[in-house]
Amino acid sequence: MAAAESYPDDLLYHREHDWARVEDGEAVLGVTWYAQDALGELVHYEPPEVGSTVNQDDAYGEVESVKAVSDIVSPLSGEVLEVNAKVVDEPETVNEDPYGDGWLVRIRLSDPSEADALLDADAYRAFVAEQ
Amino acid sequence: MQTLSRTPLHGRHVAAGARMVPFAGWEMPVQYEGVLAEHLAVRRDCGVFDVSHMGELEVEGPRATQLLQGLLANDLDRIDVGAAQYTLLTNERGGVVDDLIAYKLGDNRYLLIVNASNRETDFRWLKEREIPGSDVRDVSDRYALLAVQGPRSLERLGLPDAPAFTFAEGEIGGVACLVNRTGYTGERGCELLVEAEDAEQLWDAVVARGARLCGLGARDSLRLEVCYPLHGNDITPDTDAISAGLGWVCALEKDFVGVEALRAVRERGPERRLVAFVMEERAIPRQGMPIDEGGEVTSGTHSPMLDAGIGMGYVPSDLAEPGTALTVDVRGRRRRARVGKKPLYRAGEP
Repeated sequence: MAAAESYPDDLLYHREHDWARVEDGEAVLGVTWYAQDALGELVHYEPPEVGSTVNQDDAYGEVESVKAVSDIVSPLSGEVLEVNAKVVDEPETVNEDPYGDGWLVRIRLSDPSEADALLDADAYRAFVAEQ
Repeated sequence: MQTLSRTPLHGRHVAAGARMVPFAGWEMPVQYEGVLAEHLAVRRDCGVFDVSHMGELEVEGPRATQLLQGLLANDLDRIDVGAAQYTLLTNERGGVVDDLIAYKLGDNRYLLIVNASNRETDFRWLKEREIPGSDVRDVSDRYALLAVQGPRSLERLGLPDAPAFTFAEGEIGGVACLVNRTGYTGERGCELLVEAEDAEQLWDAVVARGARLCGLGARDSLRLEVCYPLHGNDITPDTDAISAGLGWVCALEKDFVGVEALRAVRERGPERRLVAFVMEERAIPRQGMPIDEGGEVTSGTHSPMLDAGIGMGYVPSDLAEPGTALTVDVRGRRRRARVGKKPLYRAGEP
């Protein structure tokens, strides 16, 4: 079952439709409801390697639906600590729960101040409304 | 900017919440609720597709058969009135101008159902080659076409289980239509040709009988699982019919445009062949991706039935045997694949 549209208040958002949940110098990253809805049902997640570095605004992996492939852009920079194996096995988890079980990677932030460049939920909702 | 054509069912799609996309000059539903659910509905029960974007050409006149026998690769003498035949329009090089289904309406009266993207090309191709006593007309705008596909499709429509590749006048929900036992999914099913003004009523009747609304997304994944080629991807004017594995559609003993080129390919053996393959690692092949051993992917998708990436592509003939290992370049990553036996998924019935 696809999730209903939502953009939780406790997350930070990137204009490429990615989110970050920042906590204690780490962040969990994923794609937003808008992104998964635009792509349709995901059938493949190409994750980064644990230990690799991701950079703000750069692609760190790919998600693929039946019809389209999309780069996943990192909202923040850091080192990959963990990849969500459940999404590797069952990519549709992203459609079902984009902010919960459908998270993609956990990273250790190299520059927490980068978060200042991200949108809060209200700003992102306004941004999505213009799309 | 070119405006997109709309089928007579456009309003039904929008009302049902379909995601509409441009396809071959048409605004078409790519999915309603989701490609996977639509795919599974057709494999397990029954789905309906609006394929009214496809073209219909009528050919008639005392020399209609003679005209078509000289242009189409398959032999129309193999079928009777009331039967249909999968066939090809080929060029002098044996390349595929289009693949289509010819319906024998009468001894010298045919209906050709052709790909949407080739409707004008096919019409011109036939019109330019018309002979006295044959008349070719594009009647596409008169008709809508609904594909009702799946193991329970005929039962749900209350239709008799006629043999595949036959057709007959029928009626569903009070709407008269031509019921063709054909399709593009590998499942039991039919394609309903109906006057455009009756299309909505027929659509509603089919949906009321429990057919799930299906879009072009599922149509593509369904046809690829059963390895039906898609014109423009797997077969083109630059790929000959023999290399594409369509030798069974080519009546090389008769004379038609391209027959000499095709006989030559048959005689010396094709240099490359269109194969189907299954990914052995999690990755989805896509059209245009190089195959390291030679050739490239012409179609690719995720197969819901095999739960793996699948595709077709041309490879050197010595690599065409089922079981051969291939390597697909998936955006710079090498992913293992293996040539499979066609069809990759064997559906209930052709």
